[in-house]
Amino acid sequence: MNAYTPKTIAQYLDMLKDALKGADAALVQDALYDAEEYLRSELAANPAVSEAELLAQIAGSYGDPEEVADIYRNTEVTVQKALAAPKKAVPSSPVKGFFAVAVDPHTYGALFYMLLSLATGIFYFTWVSAGLSMSLGLMILIIGIPFFILFMASVYAISLVEGRLVETLLGERMPRRPLYQAKDRTWIDRVKGLFTDARTWLSLMYMVLMLPLGTIYFTLSVTLLALSVGFVVGPVLWWLEKAGWVAFHGQFQFGTGSFDPVLAAPFMFVGGIVLLFASLHVIRFIGRWHGRFAKHLLVPSGSE
Amino acid sequence: MSDVETLVKKFQKELSAGTVAFLLLAQLAKAQEPLYGYQIAKQLEAAGEGVLAGKQSALYPVLRNLDGAGLLQSEVEPSVAGPPRRYYRITDFGREVFSAWRATWQNTQSLVNTVLEGAPQ
Repeated sequence: MNAYTPKTIAQYLDMLKDALKGADAALVQDALYDAEEYLRSELAANPAVSEAELLAQIAGSYGDPEEVADIYRNTEVTVQKALAAPKKAVPSSPVKGFFAVAVDPHTYGALFYMLLSLATGIFYFTWVSAGLSMSLGLMILIIGIPFFILFMASVYAISLVEGRLVETLLGERMPRRPLYQAKDRTWIDRVKGLFTDARTWLSLMYMVLMLPLGTIYFTLSVTLLALSVGFVVGPVLWWLEKAGWVAFHGQFQFGTGSFDPVLAAPFMFVGGIVLLFASLHVIRFIGRWHGRFAKHLLVPSGSE
Repeated sequence: MSDVETLVKKFQKELSAGTVAFLLLAQLAKAQEPLYGYQIAKQLEAAGEGVLAGKQSALYPVLRNLDGAGLLQSEVEPSVAGPPRRYYRITDFGREVFSAWRATWQNTQSLVNTVLEGAPQ
């Protein structure tokens, strides 16, 4: 048993957070959320019992914070193992492995994310620069601080949404529940916490960085795909035209000067296919890298 | 705590690790409407002092994993009591898995009963 029993739900959650020190940050956030749901439901179901009394009994039903922490650490591991779909067989040859990228759902998730990131990047950047400059400008008036708090609430909400996006499309485990906020802290403490919390500044940095990153991702994916599809389709159209199967109005130019289309077309065709799959590899790699990057900036590490 | 008690605890823990996903699935297969974590925990508690009399916090990660594996589906609804609640319902795939698990469970049960028969108390 514990050295001391928590008197309030907030204390219980703090102890749980302490007990989970070092665990995956996303797991900590989920564990705190589940515990709060249970405790508050229990409190609402037993209006006659005081919070402290209720928490004394909780050790028997829900578990004391240390037990709960153990359960989360263990269950997450075992159940994940038991329920996870069997790992796909590793492709036997490097050639197969090279082409298998086309059937990996993460590739298309990453591709979609990269195309989307232009829009989200512009939106995040605009939101942050407008929000920050307005907060700064309004600081000299009384509404500066409340405005900043509202703005940061929106940033946390956007971070959560971006996290869901990253987890769905890129496959990196991100928090599924909002971060637990102590509710009984004073107003001043909360504002201070907002300024001193590294997550505030890291989230803002992430959102600002999404503009250049999004632009690069979008340009890169569109360029790579357009180039390789062009390489594949060009020779095919030329062959079809030569065979008389298709006719182009206007001019269809394929090859100029020293470029001999008869010789070059097969190379272009094969080269285009190789480039297409290589591009998919690049896209999947960037997706994986970005997932890790997002987790670094948007999720507070478990030790905090 | 005596040795026997420790070993009983350990046995309970192992049994519960093996059956908790099955029990949750059964509970949700029976349910007429979506349930949230606390409700499911209370229903299982009311069902009896079994292996699950242990810790109800163990249910939440399992629920989330069943959700992730597509056996359950969930949605979040706001509540007056606290943070928004996640309501779970069983999917068609979940029902299929449940009946397969049920067959496995019945085999195991009859095996255990057969072996136990005639063993001294």
